[in-house]
Amino acid sequence: MLDSVLFYTFGGVAVLSAALMITRRDPLHSAVFLITTLLATGEIFLQLRADFLFVAQIILYACGIMVLFLFVIMLVRVDAAVPQMRFRVQKLGALAVVFALGFEVLVILFSADKLPGEGLFVQEIAAAGKLPPNSEALARSLFTTYSLPFEMAGVLLLVAIVGAVVMAKSRNRMDES
Amino acid sequence: MNAAFYPVRQFIQDWWLEFFSGVVILVAFPLVVAYVALVERKILADKQTGSGPLPLEPHRTLQPRAEGLRLFLKGDIVPPNADKLIFWLAPILSVVAALTSLGAIAFGPAVQVARDINVGILFVIAMGSLGFLGVILGGWASNCQNLNIGAMRGTAKLVSYEVGGGLAILSALLVSGTLNIRAIVEAQQRSGAWFIFLAPIGFLIYLVASIAQSKRIRFDLLEQRPEPVSGDKVEYVGFRWSLCFLAECANRIVVASIATTLFLGGWLRPFSNEPWFYWLDYLPPILIVLLGVCCIYRAGKQPVLAQSLWMWVLALVCLCVAGVFALPVAAVSLQFLLPGLHGAFWFLLKVGIFLYIFAWLRLSIPRYSFGQLMRVGWHILIPVAIANVFAIGIALFLEYEAGWNRWFAFGVMNFFPVALAAYLLRLHEKRAAGSSRTRAMATDSYAG
Repeated sequence: MLDSVLFYTFGGVAVLSAALMITRRDPLHSAVFLITTLLATGEIFLQLRADFLFVAQIILYACGIMVLFLFVIMLVRVDAAVPQMRFRVQKLGALAVVFALGFEVLVILFSADKLPGEGLFVQEIAAAGKLPPNSEALARSLFTTYSLPFEMAGVLLLVAIVGAVVMAKSRNRMDES
Repeated sequence: MNAAFYPVRQFIQDWWLEFFSGVVILVAFPLVVAYVALVERKILADKQTGSGPLPLEPHRTLQPRAEGLRLFLKGDIVPPNADKLIFWLAPILSVVAALTSLGAIAFGPAVQVARDINVGILFVIAMGSLGFLGVILGGWASNCQNLNIGAMRGTAKLVSYEVGGGLAILSALLVSGTLNIRAIVEAQQRSGAWFIFLAPIGFLIYLVASIAQSKRIRFDLLEQRPEPVSGDKVEYVGFRWSLCFLAECANRIVVASIATTLFLGGWLRPFSNEPWFYWLDYLPPILIVLLGVCCIYRAGKQPVLAQSLWMWVLALVCLCVAGVFALPVAAVSLQFLLPGLHGAFWFLLKVGIFLYIFAWLRLSIPRYSFGQLMRVGWHILIPVAIANVFAIGIALFLEYEAGWNRWFAFGVMNFFPVALAAYLLRLHEKRAAGSSRTRAMATDSYAG
């Protein structure tokens, strides 16, 4: 009872603020609604008893990444009108992508057992009132079963950081000369 | 009718203790914050050989009540071209985040609102940094140049010091091997050493990062008085201002509590494993009795009758509290109270020492310029913090896998981050002396 009330409340908030996020003209308002969406999604993680994921969502997305977003919005002072005009051209393309994505999600939902591999992964429901120690479980799977994808993601991020630094450096040199 | 209220009743039955503690935090914490502010003013006055706010009641012990009332009754002004929604939202976000993170902190083995969080320490940190969004948003929404600069500086500072602080926390988590707040303290009890002795560099880095995070001096570029007048809260008046202040102060207490939990043994008494330090259990009641005696001594010296009566009341309160603290030491049957009561005492004492250091620094050292702040963060703090994490990891390996003596392993490994820090400082000094370009960059466009 309480669980479903919480789920529908926070799910509704997440969807609603996601819609508001893409319709606001002021980029700062969009950022605030994105924060709301992220927090509401975090609560749903918590209801799934994935407390590590919940905290990671807040630290990384709601705090770290959103602080950077806000920083960029403040520094660049994005004018609301210009980007909107640019996006209007891509309306059809955007619609096509939305439909493709929706179709994909539906296929996965309705044919989960026919997919290659083990299909959708459904975890056992943890006992109420006690959270499973899922940071340990996550760490174990990251460093044993999935250690290759994990390392590859790390290398990819490192490459991205190095690339960003190199680009910033070369821009500086151009400014000087 | 009754059936409709059944879920509510069930909720209250299951969660009454947590609910009650939450309400206590909501109601009592603003009062605590007000007194922390008063004590800080007293400390500042003491450092300037003055005596701080004095008139009316002795040492202005009722001042926070008056200030709270004044802030509450002040008119509310919203700047005309402010973004109303975000302006309204920002202080609330800060306060809610700060109070939520307080709820997950364990003030003693029994005094904790959210008990069963496996990732408790991460939750506290997450909520603490979520509050910072309020500062940025508020600074931006009030649409005022000073605040924009304040918010921008704050963001840059947050980004650079959160990384160093996070790595410092990681070094303590490596030693404890858990993220649960109680388990961290219990691990310190089991290992027989507070983690400050195993990972001292981590503690020092976290000290710097926590001063930066709580916007205290050396890092208070957000609110440095001569420039962006009051930083992120210059446009906030009255009750909104007090919300901002509450959040800031709560944040200060939160970082102090994190440092206490991770490095200073949480609620553990000093030498909690050593039987011959048992007499330390008598210390809390004796200290509070001494405070009461001091009140009685001062009561005779007050010029007005009402003032000395007030001092007598304070003395009586002190003696009563001391009596409560003496109960578990005096009577064997009440021994079960000992960890809870005295744990809270030791924890709050350690947090208090931290807060005293914060106030102390405020008058002792000048602030960084913005360029210096960035350079200290990125060039020195973060590399040393990374080296420290590696060093602690290797020390743990040497202890558990290679079978070294623990103190020897940690002593040797802690040497490396220190050496790196010394090298970086030297390099930095040489570079600053060598080129005039860096000196030109020191006076940056944000003006430090």
